Amino acid sequence: MKMELIQPFINSADAILAQVMHCSTKIGDVSMEQEAYRRKGTASVVAIHGDIEGRVILDLDPKTAIHVASQLCGAPVEESEDIVRETVNELANMVIGNAVTLLNNEGHHFKVLPPEAHVEAQGFAGSDDTEALVMCFETPSGDIYLNIAMRYNRRRKEERAAVEIA
Amino acid sequence: MDQYVPLIRKKDKQPIRFLVVDDSIFARKNLTKMIDVFGGELAGEAGDGCTAITEYNRTLPDIVLMDITMPQMEGIEAVERIVRQHADARIIMVSSVGYQENILAALQKGAKHFVQKPVRPDVLYEIIRYVLGDDAEAAPAVTTLAGEARL
Repeated sequence: MKMELIQPFINSADAILAQVMHCSTKIGDVSMEQEAYRRKGTASVVAIHGDIEGRVILDLDPKTAIHVASQLCGAPVEESEDIVRETVNELANMVIGNAVTLLNNEGHHFKVLPPEAHVEAQGFAGSDDTEALVMCFETPSGDIYLNIAMRYNRRRKEERAAVEIA
Repeated sequence: MDQYVPLIRKKDKQPIRFLVVDDSIFARKNLTKMIDVFGGELAGEAGDGCTAITEYNRTLPDIVLMDITMPQMEGIEAVERIVRQHADARIIMVSSVGYQENILAALQKGAKHFVQKPVRPDVLYEIIRYVLGDDAEAAPAVTTLAGEARL
């Protein structure tokens, strides 16, 4: 996977987590995986369609999610399944949305779909041309995982180029 | 959260009424809280573009805070449909996806402004003031018995 596709997600996650959680983050483990994704806590998946195709998963444990929810609300929040799921979806929406903004402004044309809860314990295997990059952001409130699997959609790019030439 | 001078409608001195449109309940709650801090009033909520149109017609709010990426009908299409019926609608797009093409499309369909998530209350407040323009004014300060003026 090309670094130019990944870097905006790292920058976005770093900036959004710092702003939302009022703390600095550190990138911990980074690995490339071709095996199916194994969920660690509550996960949200965002699908990407266009010149670039793939999906990004944001994954955090419920306690970290409640801390994020409290920070977003500016007041303590009681732990419930709904709040945890909503928090993870909203955080994914912000992190991935900001990264997508950077990539689109650099000339990559694609769309994101609304975040969806990733409830299966396993799923979303990589393939030969779509390895997944798994990154762990260490925060004082707990670890937050970002799993990115994307590839250039060659056919779509060729179609766009043909239209531009015509 | 900081304190903000409450804005009221110049014509009848009533609080500014907001319609909040976002598929995330969490995001709606967060925006509603900001509206409360700004001294505004929640006129209605919607979780998708279709409901936003119905709610706009029902509540006729002063300001709409509209997400872009939503199920069923996206925010930009909802803006187009609302503005077609209500040319004076004041719609502020609130989205984490803020690339130029998206912002331009929203503005071309009739949105007045754009704010990127995560929303900073001070930024949203200034944008609301700007979009309301001369139709809003600061609420008069309330004087307490001790003679202290407070917002």
